[in-house]
Amino acid sequence: MLHIADKIFQSRLFLGTGKFGSLQLMQHAIEASGSELVTVALKRVDLADHSDNLLQHIPQSQAALLPNTSGARDAKEAIFAAQIGREAMETNWVKLEIHPDPKYLIPDPIETLKAAEELVKQGFVVLPYIHADPVLCKRLEEVGVAAVMPLGAPIGSNKGVLTKEFLSIIIEQSRVPVIVDAGLGAPSHAAFAMELGADAVLVNTAIAVATDPVGMAQAFKLAVEAGRKAYEAELAAVSTVAQPSSPLTSFLRNEGV
Amino acid sequence: MFHELFQNHNWDAVKSSIYQKTAKDVESALTKNDRSLEDFKAFVSPAAAHYLEEMATLSQAITQKRFGKTIQLYIPLYLSNECQNICTYCAFSMDNKIPRRTLSPGEIYMEAEVIKSMGYEHVLLVTGEASKIVGVEFLEQAIRQLKPHFANISMEVQPLEQEDYQRLIKEGLYAVLVYQETYHQDVYRNYHPKGKKSNFQYRLDTPDRLGRAGIHKIGLGTLIGLEDWRTEAFFTGLHLQYLEQHYWKTKYSLSFPRLRPISTKDAVDGTIETQQFYMKDRELLQLICAYRLFNEQVELSLSTREEPYFRDHVIPLGITSLSAGSKTNPGGYIVEPQALEQFEISDERSAFEMVKVIERQGYEAVWKDWERCYAT
Repeated sequence: MLHIADKIFQSRLFLGTGKFGSLQLMQHAIEASGSELVTVALKRVDLADHSDNLLQHIPQSQAALLPNTSGARDAKEAIFAAQIGREAMETNWVKLEIHPDPKYLIPDPIETLKAAEELVKQGFVVLPYIHADPVLCKRLEEVGVAAVMPLGAPIGSNKGVLTKEFLSIIIEQSRVPVIVDAGLGAPSHAAFAMELGADAVLVNTAIAVATDPVGMAQAFKLAVEAGRKAYEAELAAVSTVAQPSSPLTSFLRNEGV
Repeated sequence: MFHELFQNHNWDAVKSSIYQKTAKDVESALTKNDRSLEDFKAFVSPAAAHYLEEMATLSQAITQKRFGKTIQLYIPLYLSNECQNICTYCAFSMDNKIPRRTLSPGEIYMEAEVIKSMGYEHVLLVTGEASKIVGVEFLEQAIRQLKPHFANISMEVQPLEQEDYQRLIKEGLYAVLVYQETYHQDVYRNYHPKGKKSNFQYRLDTPDRLGRAGIHKIGLGTLIGLEDWRTEAFFTGLHLQYLEQHYWKTKYSLSFPRLRPISTKDAVDGTIETQQFYMKDRELLQLICAYRLFNEQVELSLSTREEPYFRDHVIPLGITSLSAGSKTNPGGYIVEPQALEQFEISDERSAFEMVKVIERQGYEAVWKDWERCYAT
C-alpha cells in the first residue's frame, strides 16, 4: 500500500480530469480506473459555486481531490492559487504546477522549489510536478514535500517514459514517494514506469482522449497493478552479453577453482 | 520588432512559391513530425486541396491530443462604436453616418448581467478606435468593473503602447486580439485610408509591444477577402513563429474572419461577378487544418460570422474556441438591441443551443478555464 502524508492508497493510479468529451464520461472513467486521487485544475472550477458541475462528477467517496495550480507562471501566483484551492475544495493537498511556457508546459524548477518551501510552511501537503531532475527532487524533499512528480515525457505528448535513466536515479535516491506524471500514452508505458519502481503514476490525456475512455481506464488500472507486482516480485536481470556454448574461459577449468 | 523580419519577405515571391508547391511537397509535409514554414506553405497551396481528408484526420488527432474533446466558449461585449478610422469594409467606419454610442458603467453592467446569465465566464471587450472617448482610462475602468464578474477578460480594441498594456494587465486583462487585417502593405493602405489605423507598421509591431508587456495571450489574424488568403496565411504563420520564439511565456490564438461573398451584376453585359478574393468553405477548412498541422498548441477560434452548418462540422476538426449568441453592437444584449451591428451574424443560435450541438459531437463545452488569481 502506498502512503502519502496522512493518506493510504490501495490504487497506484492517479487521474487527471481535463480533456474528457463529457463530465459523465470522466466520472465513469474515474470509477473504472479505481483511482483514489484525482487532480483538478483550479482554473476549471467555479470556486464560488459549491455545486460546480465538474466537482459534482467526481465520485468523492472513491477518490480524493488534488487541486492543481495549472496556469500559474511563478511561485507567487501558485501560492495564491493553492490558498484559494484550499478554501474552495476544503483540502490542504496541492499539486504544484508552475509552467511559464505554454507551449511544452515544462515546469519551472526555480519557482517550483520556492513555492514548495513556502506552501509546506503554510501547512500544505505539496506534490510538485517537475522535470526528471534528481537534484531538484532531493532539494524538494529537503523542504518537506510529500511526494515528487517527475515527468516521463512532455505533458500530453503520449511519448512514454523518455526520462527513464533519470527516473531510475530519482527512484533509487528518493525518501518520498515518486509519482511519474505526464507523457504516459499507453498502459504499457505505465506498467514500465511501475516496473522501474515508481510508487504511482498519473494519467490524463491517454484515457480522456481514447475512443473508449472507460475501457482505457480499466486497461491502465490493470497495467499499473501488473507493473507493481512485477516490481515487487523482482524482475529477472537482463543479460547484456550472450552465453556462448563454448565459454571463452573454459580452458581455466583444468586447474580447478 | 517583427517589421524587421517582415521586410525580408516579398509578397509576390512568397505567393509564387506557395502556388508552385506540388503534391509531393504536401505528401512529404504530411509525414513529418515537426513542420516548417515551407511545409505550411505546402498545406495552404492549391496542391493540398486533394489532401483535405488526410489533413482533417491529422488535424483532429493532434487537436484532441493537445486540447482534449473540449470547446472553450467566449462572447464579445461591444462597449462602443465610436471610431476615427476609415476601414472601407467596416460598419463602424468613421464615414458611415450611424448613431454613435458608448456604454455607460450602468449599461456595461446591464449587458454583463445578461451574458453572465447565459453562462459565460470568458468575455471579449470590443470597441472602435477613438482614443479620447474609449482610451486607456475607459478600458481600465471597464476591466476593473467587470473583473469581479468574469474569470477571463480579453479585448479587441485599438493598438496601444506597451505601458498602456501593462496598466491593463495589472487590472486583470488576459488577452488582446489584434488582427493585421492584411499583410499586403499597398492593399492595407487602400482599405485603411484614414485614422491612426492607416499606420501599417505600428499595427504590425503591436504584438511585440504586447509580448514585452507580458500579456498571457495574443490573438492574430487577417480579414479574409481583402487579398490572397494563402499568402496572408504564410505571413500569419511567420508572425506566429516569430512571436513564439520571442515571447515564450505567451499563448497565441488565431481567427479567420471571412468576408461574405458579394455578387455584383455587371451593368453592361449582365454577367455575375463574385469578389476576387472570396474564400470557399473547403478552403477555410484547409486553412484551419493547415494551421493545426503547423502548430499544435495555437488556439483556433471561430466566430458567429460563419453559418451553423459549417460551424457544426468543423468543431471536431481543429477548432478550440467558439462564440455563440453574440451581438456585435454596443448595447446589443439588452440596452439597445436594435442598433446597427458591426457585422452580420450568420449563426443566431443561443449559447444554450450551441452547447447542445457541441455535446452531440461528443465534446464538452468549457465555460471556465482561467482563474483571476493568475492575472495579477
